[in-house]
Amino acid sequence: MSAVNTIKPYLRLSGLEPLIVRPETNFINVGERTNVTGSKKFARLIKENNYEEALSVARQQVESGAQVIDVNMDDALLEGVQAMTTFLNLVQSEPDIAKIPIMIDSSKFSIIEAGLKCVQGKCIVNSISMKEGEEKFKREAIICKSYGAAVVVMAFDEQGQADTYQRRIDICQRAYDILTKEVGFPPQDIIFDLNIFAIATGIEEHNNYAVDFIEATRAVKQRMPLTKISGGVSNISFSFRGNEPVREAMHSVFLYHAIKAGMDMGIVNAGQLVVYDEIEPQLRELCEDVILNRHPDATDKLLAFAETVKAKGKEVKKDDAWRNTSVQERLKHALVNGITDFIEADTEEARQLYSKPLEVIEGPLMDGMNVVGDLFGSGKMFLPQVVKSARVMKKSVAVLTPYIEEEKRNNPKAQQGGTAKILLATVKGDVHDIGKNIVGVVLGCNGYDIIDLGVMVPADKILETAQKENVDIIGLSGLITPSLDEMVHVAKEMKRRNMVQPLLIGGATTSRTHTAVKIAPEYENGVVHVLDASRSVTVAGSLLSNDQKPGFLSGVNTEYLKLKEDFANRKSSKQYIPYKDAKAKALQPDWTKHRPVKPTFTGIKAFPDFDMAELRRYIDWGPFFITWELGGRFPQLLEDEVIGKEATKLYNDANALLDQMIAEKWLSAHGVVGFWPAGKTGDDSVTVVKDGTPTTLEFLRQQVKKAADQPNLSLADFIAPASAGVEDYIGAFAVTIHGIEPHLQRLEAAHDDYNKIMLQALADRFAEAFAEALHERVRKDMWGYASDEILSKEDLIKEKYLGIRPAPGYPACPDHTEKYKLFDLLETTKHTGITLTESLAMYPASSVCGWYFSHPQSQYFGIGKILDDQFKDYQERKGMTADEAEKWLRPVLD
Amino acid sequence: MKTIQDCLQERILVIDGAMGTMIQRHHLTEADYRGERFKDWHSDLKGNNDLLCLTQPAIIKGIHSEYLEAGADIIETNTFNAQVVSMADYHMESLAYEINVAAARIAKEAAAAFTAKNPAKPRFVAGAIGPMNKTLSLSPDVNNPGFRSVSFDEVANAYYDQIKALVEGGVDLLLIETIFDTLNAKAAIFAVKQFFRDSGLPELPIMISGTITDASGRTLSGQTLEAFYVSVMHAQPLSIGLNCALGAADMRSHIEELSQIAGCYTSAYPNAGLPNAMGEYDEQPHETAHFIEEWAQQGFVNIVGGCCGTTPDHIRHIANNVQRCTPRAVPVLEAAY
Repeated sequence: MSAVNTIKPYLRLSGLEPLIVRPETNFINVGERTNVTGSKKFARLIKENNYEEALSVARQQVESGAQVIDVNMDDALLEGVQAMTTFLNLVQSEPDIAKIPIMIDSSKFSIIEAGLKCVQGKCIVNSISMKEGEEKFKREAIICKSYGAAVVVMAFDEQGQADTYQRRIDICQRAYDILTKEVGFPPQDIIFDLNIFAIATGIEEHNNYAVDFIEATRAVKQRMPLTKISGGVSNISFSFRGNEPVREAMHSVFLYHAIKAGMDMGIVNAGQLVVYDEIEPQLRELCEDVILNRHPDATDKLLAFAETVKAKGKEVKKDDAWRNTSVQERLKHALVNGITDFIEADTEEARQLYSKPLEVIEGPLMDGMNVVGDLFGSGKMFLPQVVKSARVMKKSVAVLTPYIEEEKRNNPKAQQGGTAKILLATVKGDVHDIGKNIVGVVLGCNGYDIIDLGVMVPADKILETAQKENVDIIGLSGLITPSLDEMVHVAKEMKRRNMVQPLLIGGATTSRTHTAVKIAPEYENGVVHVLDASRSVTVAGSLLSNDQKPGFLSGVNTEYLKLKEDFANRKSSKQYIPYKDAKAKALQPDWTKHRPVKPTFTGIKAFPDFDMAELRRYIDWGPFFITWELGGRFPQLLEDEVIGKEATKLYNDANALLDQMIAEKWLSAHGVVGFWPAGKTGDDSVTVVKDGTPTTLEFLRQQVKKAADQPNLSLADFIAPASAGVEDYIGAFAVTIHGIEPHLQRLEAAHDDYNKIMLQALADRFAEAFAEALHERVRKDMWGYASDEILSKEDLIKEKYLGIRPAPGYPACPDHTEKYKLFDLLETTKHTGITLTESLAMYPASSVCGWYFSHPQSQYFGIGKILDDQFKDYQERKGMTADEAEKWLRPVLD
Repeated sequence: MKTIQDCLQERILVIDGAMGTMIQRHHLTEADYRGERFKDWHSDLKGNNDLLCLTQPAIIKGIHSEYLEAGADIIETNTFNAQVVSMADYHMESLAYEINVAAARIAKEAAAAFTAKNPAKPRFVAGAIGPMNKTLSLSPDVNNPGFRSVSFDEVANAYYDQIKALVEGGVDLLLIETIFDTLNAKAAIFAVKQFFRDSGLPELPIMISGTITDASGRTLSGQTLEAFYVSVMHAQPLSIGLNCALGAADMRSHIEELSQIAGCYTSAYPNAGLPNAMGEYDEQPHETAHFIEEWAQQGFVNIVGGCCGTTPDHIRHIANNVQRCTPRAVPVLEAAY
C-alpha cells in the first residue's frame, strides 16, 4: 500500500512532453518569432508558402530555449485558418518542435479554433477577453475548455484595454469570477495578459506603464493565486526599435522586476534575452530608471546612452560646425537632432529670407521633417527623437504664427480660415492606440488641431463628429486584423455620406497593399496609407496645401491602382445567363472539317533530369522582374529611364547565378507527359481512357452573358463527342524543379537574401520554361499536330501557337481537385516526385502541370463567375458536398 | 442501487476481456457475417465484428454473458469500430448508428440479467469508443507530412453520432479506448461534451484508456504518458488508464507512473502477453492474473481486465486474485500550492 498522494493545482500543458508550471518553475519563455505580425521573416515565409523554412524558425525558437511557441497567422492577406492549419499540422510531424506546447494566437476566434483542431497536446489560447461582452467571452471560454486548452485572458473589457493599476485588477477579478463560477474553468488554466505598453516614448503619461504592470501583477497574484500572468515583453521597448542592445537590456530589467512580482510567462524572442547581471552596469541603471520611473529625465538619459551604443566604435565629438551652414541647413539639423537652442533665432532669420512666413514652413521646415520621417522609417531614429523633432517644429511654427496671422489680416483673401483640424480614432473593435496617440502628438506639434476620439469608436461617431466639427482630415488606426474590415466599412460610410475629407489609414496591421486593394476603392476623395507617425506630417501637409493636394492624391491613386491591379486583376459588374442556356451556347467545332491528329504514342513518357542549359533558352524574363517589383516589358525595361539601371544590374546578377547553378548542377528538372484517347461524354465532361479504365474529367462553363455569336466556353468543347465519329485525344503534363532547399539554406545562413530570392525566382522561371519547352515538343513531335510550327521566342511568350495547356486551378478550369485525376493519369509523383498538399498546391513549389488540348479553336479563357444552377450540377457531378464544392469553387462564386 | 462511483470506493472493479478473440472462436463465415439482411451486400463483410450486433446478436450476447459469469463488473459494447469513418471500409456508414444502438441494448440486457440475480454486485455497460482507422496527428503520406486523411470535424462528428446512439441504447459509461493518437481522443471528448450540452442529459462518466505502443513509453503519436494524461484531463474522466499493445509485464512501469500522477481512478487491461510467431496470445489466465494482482497489492489500480487474447478464463482469474485487494486511493486534489 502506498501513502495517499496529493495532486497540486498546477498549470499543466503538453506537447509531446508535459510542461508543468510549478511555483519554483522559473519564468516560461514563449517564443515569439513564429508570429506573422511580429516577425517579417516568418510572415514572408508563410506568404511564400515556404513552410519548410517557417518550421526552421520554430525549431530555432525551441533550440534557443522557448518552452512554448506562440503561433500567429493574423494577416489580412493570408487565409488565416488555412495557414494556421497547415503550419500546425507540419509542426506535429517535427518531434523536436512538437515536444513543447503551442500557444495559438489570433484575434479571430475562428483561427484559434482551427488551431485547436490540429494539436494533440494541451495548448494555450491567446486570447479571449470581455472586449465584446460577457456572452461572447463565456461562449469562447466553453469552447476552449472543450478542447482542453488553457486561456490567456486579456485585461480588457467593454470599456477598453486596462491601462491603469486599478482597471487591470478589476477586470481580472471579473473575468476570474465568470470563468471559475459560471464556466467551470480550472483557475490554474487562466493566464492573464495585463497589457505591456511602450515606455520611454517621450510622452509623459507613458512613463509609469511598467510600474503599473508590475504592481498589478503583484495584486492579481495575491487575489487569484492559482492564475498566471503573461504579456508581450517586446512592447515595452518599442520606442527603441532598431537598437537591439538597449531593447534587450530593457527586456531583462523589466522581466527581472515583473518576475519578482509574480509574472509567470511572457512572449519573448527566446534567442535574445540577456542575463540581467551581464548588462553593462551603466545601461542597466538607466534601464532601471526608465522601467521603474525613478526620474523625470530617465527617458532622455537612456536615449542619450542609446546613441552611444549605436555609435560605438565611432568617435563621438561635440560639433558646432553646423552653426556655420546656411539657415535652411541649420533648421534641418535642428529638427533632425531635436535641438531647440537656436530655433527661434534661426526661424526669424529664415522668415526674413522668404517672402511669406508660410513658405518657411512649407520649405525648410517640411524638408527637415521629411528627413526625420525617412530616418525613422528606416529605423535610424527612435520615437522619442521624433517627438523631440516635432517639438522643435512647434517652436519654430510658434515664431512664425503671429506673422502668418498678421498677413491673414492684411490679405484675408489669400489665406484659408483657421487651423486645420484632424480627427483621429481607433476603429470599433480595436483598442490599441499608442500609435494613434503618437500621431496625435506629432501632428499637434505641427500646429494642427487634433480631435482624438479614443478607441473602439464606431463609424457613426467618427463620421458624425467629423461633419459636426468640419474636420479637414480623418485618420483611422488599428492594430488587430479585424480592424481592417472596419476601416473598409468606415470608407464605405464616408462615401454614402458624400464626405470629402481625405482618409488616412495607419497602424501595425495596415499596409499599403491592403489600403490600395480593399479600402481605397471604397472612397474616392483620397485614402492614404501612412507608414508611421513622422510620415503623417508630410502626408497631412500635402493634403492640406491647396497647391500640393491634387498632385499628391493623383500620385497616390496611380500607385494604388497599380498595386490593386497587381494584386487582383478582376471583377466588374456583369450579367449572367442560366446554365442550360450557357450549355446551348457551347462552342461546336465542325468535326467533319477538323480531324484530330493521333499522338505518336498513347500512355506516358517521363523526362527525368532534363537539360537545364536547354531550358535556360525558354526563360520568360517578364515575370522575373515583376517578382522584383520592376514592372515593364522585357527587354525594353533594361533601358528604362527610372528602373533601367537597377534592372540591368539585376539581369546581369541573375545570369551570373544561372551560369553557376547550371555548371554546378544545383537544380534538376523532372517532367512527365501523357496522351490518351478521350471523348466529350457530357456537356462539360470529358472521359479519358487509360489502359481500358475510364476517368471522367469535369469542367465548368462560362455563364457570363455574351454577344449572340460568342460561345460560352468550356474546355470540354475542345474534345470531340462520340457522336462526331472521330477519335480524339487529350494530353497532360507535369514538370518540377528539384534541389533548391540546401542552396536556400546555405544562402540564408550567409544572410544573402538577395541571391536567395533570386534563386527562388529563377527556379520558378525554370519550371515555366520547362513547361514551355515540353509543350513545343508536344506540338511539333510527340503529338505532332503542328509539326511545321516555327515561332520566335516572343511569339512563344505571347502564346501564338496552336493548342493550349491549361492547369487545374487556373481560370479555364478553376477547380484544383481535378489535379488528383491529372496526377493519377500521369503517375506524377512516381515520375517527378511532385506531391500535392491538402490545399492542392504542388510541392516542390517550382512545379507546373496542365492538360493539353490540340484543337485549333482551343484557347485560353476565364470561366468568370458561375451561378447556383451550375454550381449544383457540378457539385453532383463531382460527388462533393455543398461545403466542399464551395470551398474549391470560391473564386468563381459570388 | 449502487453507482459505479460507490463500487469503486469499495473495491477493485473488473472489466471484461477481448471481444475479437471470443468471436474468432465461433469460426464465422462470410455468410454468417452477412446474415439474411445483408446477403446481397456489395462488398465483403467478414471481419466487420461490430456488424454482428445486427446479424448475430445471440453470439454477442453470449460472449457478454460469459464475461459476466466470469465476474466482470463492467462489460464493453461490441462497437470498437462502429462509427462512420471506420465503417466506410465496408461501405456501411449508414448502419453505424443502428449498430451502436443494438450493441448497447444487447450488452444492457446481458448486464441487467446478472444484476437482477445479484443486486449486491451491479454490472455496468461501457460504450466502447475505439480509436478509428484514420488519425488526426499523423500523415498517411510520408512525402507530405502536413497532409491529413481526415479532419477534426469529421472525427468529432463521427464520434458524436456514435455517442448519441450508445446513449440511446442505454449504456452506463463511455469508454474512449486504445488511444494511440491523442487528437482523435480529444475529438471524442469534444463530442461527448458537445452531445451532453446539446441534449441536456446528465453527463455519463467517461473512462479514458490510452495505448503505449512500445518500450519508448510513448503513444504512437509520440506523447509521453504524462503528456497524454495532461492532454485529456479536461474530460474530467472517471478513470484514466492503459490497454492493448503491451502485456502486463511490459505495462507495469507505465501503470505505476500513471497511478502516481492521475487525479482520478486508474484502469489497466493489458493484452495476454505479447503475440507469438503465429500471432496468437498464449499467456495463461493465471499468469496474467498474477501480474495484475501485484499491481493491485501495490495500489496502482482501481479497474482491471484484459485486452487482446484474454478470455473469460483470464477474467475469472483476475477477478479472483484482486477481490481481496484494497483499491488504489485516489490522490487528494489540493486547492492551493
